[in-house]
Amino acid sequence: MRIQPLGDTALLAELSARLDTAINTRAIALATALKKRRDVRQAIAGYASVTVHFDPEHATHESLAAAIKRLAARRPPMAEPGRLHRIPVVYDGPDIEEVGERLRLSRAKIIEIHTRPIYRVFLVGFVPGWAYLGPLAEELALPRRDVPRTQVPAGSVAIAGRQSGIYPLPTPGGWHLIGRTSVRLFLPDSDPPCLFRAGDRIKFFSTQQ
Amino acid sequence: MTPTLHVENPGVLTTVQDLGRPNAVSAGVQAGGAMDRFAHSAANLLVGNDPGVATLECTVSGPTLLADERCLIAIAGADFDPRVNGAAMPSWTSLVLEPGDRLTFAGRRSGARVYIAIAGGFEGDRWLGSQSTNLMAGRGGMHGRPLKAGDTLNAMGEARKSALAGRHMPEPLRPAYSDHTLHAIAGPHLKRLDPESRRLLFQVSYKVGLHSDRMGYRLDGPQLVAAGGELLSFGLTVGVVQLPPSGQPILLMADHPTAGGYPIVACVVSASLPIAAQLLPGDELRLADITLERAQKMRQTLAAALDVL
Repeated sequence: MRIQPLGDTALLAELSARLDTAINTRAIALATALKKRRDVRQAIAGYASVTVHFDPEHATHESLAAAIKRLAARRPPMAEPGRLHRIPVVYDGPDIEEVGERLRLSRAKIIEIHTRPIYRVFLVGFVPGWAYLGPLAEELALPRRDVPRTQVPAGSVAIAGRQSGIYPLPTPGGWHLIGRTSVRLFLPDSDPPCLFRAGDRIKFFSTQQ
Repeated sequence: MTPTLHVENPGVLTTVQDLGRPNAVSAGVQAGGAMDRFAHSAANLLVGNDPGVATLECTVSGPTLLADERCLIAIAGADFDPRVNGAAMPSWTSLVLEPGDRLTFAGRRSGARVYIAIAGGFEGDRWLGSQSTNLMAGRGGMHGRPLKAGDTLNAMGEARKSALAGRHMPEPLRPAYSDHTLHAIAGPHLKRLDPESRRLLFQVSYKVGLHSDRMGYRLDGPQLVAAGGELLSFGLTVGVVQLPPSGQPILLMADHPTAGGYPIVACVVSASLPIAAQLLPGDELRLADITLERAQKMRQTLAAALDVL
C-alpha cells in the first residue's frame, strides 16, 4: 500500500493498481472504518484507494497513515451483497454501429455480451450520480473516443475500457454510447441523491422502449 | 423584522455559498462552497457570524442591493470598489446599511471574487447539509441558480455575537493576494513526469486558461509529459493539479469533479487556495514547491488571523 499526502489536509492511500472486486471491497470497508474516526472529515473509496480528508487540528499525515495501516491489516468484514438493480436499456446508441464495426460484432452480439454479467458499482463519483460499473467483458473493451462529445444526453448507457456507465446528467463525455435508459440515477430530492451506491450490483436488460 | 436586501442588479455571477457539503461526495455531488474561504469566513466573522453561514460570492462584478431595514454587512475578498449611496466604503470592514441605502460596486480593481456577509447570514435553500449553490445540480442557495434582478435576500435572524460597524481586518493578516505564487507540495504521481517536465512544473509561469471556472483552472504553459496511462479513478480534493493526456495541467477548484483518474503532479496547499480563488482567466501564476511542514505553518498562520476576529 502506498500512502501519500494529497495536500496539507488530505492523503491518498493506494491499495493496488488493479481493477478487482476484492480490492474494491477492502477500499470501501477501509473508508467506512475511517469515517468513524473523529479526526477524519471525509473518506472516499476509489476503485482501489481511499482519499482521506482529515482535521489538521487533531491528526497529522503520520498519525493517519499509521491508523490506515492498522485498519487495513484487519480482516475486512464479510461484504454484504450490494442491492441488485435491474436496468432496462434501449440499445440504439449513436456509437453502437461503430463499436460493432471496430470489434467485428453484430448489434445482437453486443447486447448479449453487455447484458450477460452482473456489474459491480465500484465507485460513485465524478459528477452527481455517476457510477463506475465493471468489469466489462474483454470482448467489448475499447479505448475512449479520441474526441469527447461536448454534450452527452442524460440516461446514455456507455462503455470504455473494462467499464460501463450511465450518464446521470447532460455532461461532456468521452465514452462510447451504446444505448439509453429511462431510469433516473440522480435524485436531487432524495438523500443520498443517487440511485446507486458503491458495492451495489447492476443487471442490464434489453428493451424496445 | 429580519432585514431584506432587494437585488436590483445581480452582477455577472453572484451565488449563495457557505463552506460546502463534504458529506455529499460519496454520491458524486461536488463539495462546493466558497472559493475563497478566508474572505468568506472573515466577512462572516466581521459581522459576528459563525464562519460557516452563507454569504454572497460575487464573481468579476458586484451586485446592486437595496436595503429595506437597518443591517450590518461586511465585504471581503476582491476589490470591486464598493459604494453606499455612491460614497466609497472600505472592504474587510463591517458597516451599517440604513433603510433605503443602496450598495453598489463601481468596478473591479483587483481580484476575482467579492464576498458579502450579513449579520445572521443569508437565507438560502439547504440541500444535502449546505446552502451552497450547486449550478450543475440546480440545487442550494437561491433555488440552485445565480441571483437575478428582482430577487429578495433575507437575513436568517440574529448573528451569533453582536457586532458593531467599523470592525476591520488589517491587510497584514490577510493572504498575500497580490503575489500570484501558489505554494504547492509534490503530488502523489509527480514521479510519472519526465525529468524535463518535473523541472518545468515549479519553474515556469502559467496563464489561467479561458475555460476556467469554479470547477477548475486550465493552466496554459509548456506541455508536460507523464509516463504511464490513466489510473483507476480515485477521490479528488480541491487544490490538486491533475495532468490529462493533453499535457495541460488543471488546478481543481471548489466545484471540482469528486473522482478522476489523471495523475496528480502537485497539490496547492490550503493557505494558497484563497489566492488561487482570486485569479481570473488571463492572470499569471507560478507554482512554488514547498515542504509539508511549511504548508502546515502557513495554514496555521491564516487560521490564527481569523481567530483574532
